[in-house]
Parts: sequence; structure tokens; C-alpha cells
Amino acid sequence: MAAAATSCGPRAGAPGCVVAAAGKDSVTSFQRRGPRASGPDGGCRRLASIAGTRPSVRNGQLLVSTGLPALDQLLGGGLAVGTLLLIEEDKYNIYSPLLFKYFLAEGIINGHTLLVASAKEDPAEILQELPAPLLNDNCKKEVDEDVCSHKTPESNIKMKIAWRYQLLPKMEKKEKNVLRIGIQNLGSPLWGDDICCTENCNNSQSLTKFLYVLRGLLRTSLSACIITVPTHLIQNKAVIARVTNLSDTVVGLESFIGSERETNPLYQEYHGLIHVRQIPRLNNLIGDVSDVKDLAFKLRRKLFTIERLHLPPDLSDTVSRSGKQDLAEPTKLLGPGCGVTAGGKKHLDF
Amino acid sequence: MLAPAEGGLLDLLESSQRPCVLLKVPRKQGKLTLLCDAKTDGSFLVHHFLSFYLKANCKVCFVALIQSFSHYNIVGQKLGVSLTTARERGQLVFLEGLKSSVDVFFRSQEEPHPLQFLREANTGNLQPLFEFVREALKPGDNAEAAWRCPVLLVDDLSVLLSLGVGAVAVLDFIHYCRATVCCELKGNIVTLVHDSGDAEDEENDVLLNGLSHQSHLILRAEGLATGFCRDVHGQLRILWRRPSQLTAQRDRSLTYQYKIQDKSVSFFAKGMSPAVL
Repeated sequence: MAAAATSCGPRAGAPGCVVAAAGKDSVTSFQRRGPRASGPDGGCRRLASIAGTRPSVRNGQLLVSTGLPALDQLLGGGLAVGTLLLIEEDKYNIYSPLLFKYFLAEGIINGHTLLVASAKEDPAEILQELPAPLLNDNCKKEVDEDVCSHKTPESNIKMKIAWRYQLLPKMEKKEKNVLRIGIQNLGSPLWGDDICCTENCNNSQSLTKFLYVLRGLLRTSLSACIITVPTHLIQNKAVIARVTNLSDTVVGLESFIGSERETNPLYQEYHGLIHVRQIPRLNNLIGDVSDVKDLAFKLRRKLFTIERLHLPPDLSDTVSRSGKQDLAEPTKLLGPGCGVTAGGKKHLDF
Repeated sequence: MLAPAEGGLLDLLESSQRPCVLLKVPRKQGKLTLLCDAKTDGSFLVHHFLSFYLKANCKVCFVALIQSFSHYNIVGQKLGVSLTTARERGQLVFLEGLKSSVDVFFRSQEEPHPLQFLREANTGNLQPLFEFVREALKPGDNAEAAWRCPVLLVDDLSVLLSLGVGAVAVLDFIHYCRATVCCELKGNIVTLVHDSGDAEDEENDVLLNGLSHQSHLILRAEGLATGFCRDVHGQLRILWRRPSQLTAQRDRSLTYQYKIQDKSVSFFAKGMSPAVL
């Protein structure tokens, strides 16, 4: 992430105009705060100086951001380079495209190369609708959507080293860069597969073979991949299990839309649940598993937040309230002094 | 060729909190050990056996289909072995599935490649893979540092089903390997198979059941029935079997709970986790 900031005119939609988030407050740990610090060990710095990556504090694994700080935290700091993130789509495919787009937008901000594949939408259109980066209040400018061809802006900052070189034309050094791969709705009938159509599907092996070879490619390159799969449509549970085993990180989204939880006042704070189904064990005997298993997400106006599912305390006078059976899943709520029988809906009021 | 003392289980128990009965496993050769995981990740067992056999100076052929070489190497270093050194010395023959799959897929091969079945349409044949294993473990002509008994380690067999190989073909492959590695070369085979549980993966169940009946030792890592726990990562069921003997005697089995740490795994009896004592 270059330290220079271009100042675009106030007109929005100016082509080729990119605003880099230069304010110190809005810089995440994946973006550099200042000029590249020169480190003593060249080798390590070579890897860590790839834009948009940072080593994991836990095991030194090179990480990239998924675009969502909350998701990064769930995954132990970010998505490891060379691994595959599988998103199990929510039922009406409303929230998983958001995660997909955040991933791509983050890649653009960091100057990564993108490869986008989708059978449902034209990838060029997906890139038109990417969310703008979060900027601090000082430089709130519109980011042009057509950013996939943006170049590093000409730096006006005088180079402090070797003033002689300032006069020479800037040589574009071919640096290592991360490739971000995004594949949307893999396995859906739009790709021509029958995995979501029938239980005895013929194409499951081509999907699993594809995932295997893809992971082989990822491991031998500087890339990270996100794939969304409509697992709620896959009828054969064995296929879901195999696809999960062939991925590194698996995150499932469960939205409340259309379920009874949508109108349940207990869940009004949230839009759905997020399940971390699998965390990879990379270079370690054990993975970075979070203690919190009940996680919910909410799409606010500017931010997609993930937080621990928190139910408000039961302050009502009567023992029974709607949705009390619901609570048996996320949190075991003990009724005031009563034994709640499994499956029984009545609460004895002593 | 001497078989190493099957102190693998002793290693597992060395850091447990209570003085458990030392399990003396007879020094047999030609054993098939089945590693199985249900609702959890049993890869720590693979890392254990790999480091155990390398430390015991055995010649190991590792068919690693799930992770890259560097992953196993880094974890191996935590457990006290260097895979790079072992490979250079000729003690370890490593087939890196992920990297080789890219080669098989995108570059035309003149000679048959062990993972050739990736290019085939369906119900692939694992014979090239078997030839690879046999070639890797055959005793050397010259007396190159006489390694102990040969060991075949496969991580894991379930993924072969996802790659277009049928369960019967995988069982055939193991059968051929047993004939060569266990009976002819008096070596051991250790392999991991996932238990799909309620996912109803019929092919996988056929493979798992078929292998269970052939195994001498089954180590089954399961998640806890009560769900996630920070201090107890799962439960390990150990089952000794005598597949070749028709005996009415019950097979011996033990159950332990475990917690995986950075460089080791600690085992303890059920309910005896140090966290709750």
C-alpha cells in the first residue's frame, strides 16, 4: 500500500481515480502506516513486503485480509496465503455475495491481482458493484467502481534517498503480488452440475477433483481463494462432507430471513448466524479455534459485523415467553427453578 | 530386520497426568494400523506415527495427499524429526499429492505417474501408485544404512474417493500393499480414513468397514459427545484386533481423552483432564 495519497477532485465517478486510505486512523494492520521500513533481514522482509499481506502473530504464516476485520479475527488474523476459504451460502444468497465482494474489494485496495469467476453474474458487473473502502472522516471521497485497472499513482513525494535517482524514470520493478481468486455459486445448476438437483448426482466427482487440484495450485503459488457454494441446495450430505474436507477454511452463513427467528424479538439485533465449520491446521498440530461458537452477524449501513450471539435477559413476569424453545440451541437457559423437559413446551409456573 | 518397539503408545502416554498402565504392545511386524477420525481432525495421529517411525530408523514411504511437504516438515520439527534430512538420506520417500496433482493435470507425462488416476474419467486404477510404493520400499541392493522394517504411511485414503477412485479400487490397493509391505517385506502400514458419520457416505463406509476388518490396531479419534471443549479436544479409542485368528476372545480396547498442544499431545483417562481436577 503506497504511502502516497492521490487527491481526487470532488466529482464522483471520475475514471481512473483512486483514493488510497491514507488517514492513519483507518489503516488496518494489513496496510502500511508509513514508508516501507527497512528491516535487517532481507529474506523475511521480502515476503512480508508483499502488499496487503502480513505474517501471522501465531505461526508466521503469511495472511491476507478477507476484507472484513471481524471475519479476519474469526480466522485467526486473516486468510492464509495458499489456502481456500469456502463460504456456505445463506438460503436466499443475500449475505454471501457481500463476503465475496469484500474479499475482492480488499484485493483491489491492496493492489492484488484478481480472478473472478461466476456463472450467475458477469464478473465485470460484480466488479462494478464493489463496496467502497471505509475511510476516516477526513478523506471521504467516492471510490470509482472501475478500479480493476488502477495503477499505482505517481508519487509526488520527493524521494529522500539518493537524490540523483529522482531524475531517472521510475522503473516498474516486477514485484511479487498476491492473486485473489473468487468463484461464486460453485456447484449450482448454473455451472451445469447436477449436484444441487438430485441426490445421486453424476458431477460430484468433477467438483471434488476440481477442488483438490485447485488447492494444489494454491499451495504452490502466492494466492488465496474464496468460493461460495449453495450447500443448502445440495441434497447429498456426503458431497457436502467431501467438499468440506477438501477445503481449508469453511464458514457457513445462516440468515434469519424466512425463518421464525426473523420476527422473534430475541433476534431482532441480528440478521443471521455465522458458523465456523472448519479451521485449518497449518504448520501446526492444532488450528486457531475460537472459543465462541455462537456467532451472529448483522449488516449495518456501513459495516458487516460479527459478534457473539447475545440474548437479552429474561425480565418478563411470566415464565413462558415466545421463542423460549429456541434458546435451547444457542444457549441453555435455565428456567427459574424449573426443570425443562426436552421437547416440552410448557413451563410449570410454581 | 527388527521391528521397532511399538512404543508409539508409550509416547502418547508419557505426558499424561496419572500413572497409567504401560501398554506393552507385542513386537509384531506386518501390521496394518488404521487411523480413523469422526467429527474431528485425526491428523495429529499421522504426524505422530511419521515422527515415531522416522526416529525408529525405519524406511518410510509417505503418500501425503492432503497437505504440502512443508506442513509435515514444520510439524515434524516440532516433534523432533527433520523430514528434509530424512528425505536426503533416503530414509523417507515422500509423494506430495497436492503438488504432483498439478503436474499430472497440466503437464503431459511420458512415464506412468503414481497419481495418474487423476487424468482418468472414473473408477481409476491405483496400480501406478502401488508400483510407486513397491519401488520405494524395496530393500536396496547395497547395504545402504540398513534401515529397519519398511513402513507405508498414507494420509489419507478417503480423499481418493473424492478423486474418482472407487472404494473397491482403494481396498484392492491396500490389499496389494499388504501383500508386499506386510507379508513380503515384514513392514507396517498406517493409514487414515475419515468416518463420515451421519453424512451417509456409502463409499467411505465400505472403505472404512473393509479396512477395519483387516486391521490389527485401530485408533479412532472422536469429538466429545458433549460438544466443544477448550481443554479436552477429543477422545481416542484404541482397539487391538486379531484379524487373522478366529478367536472368541474379545478384542482389547481402551479409551482416552486428549488435548493437543503445540508440540505434543497429552492423554488422560476420561474425566481426568487436568483442567477439571
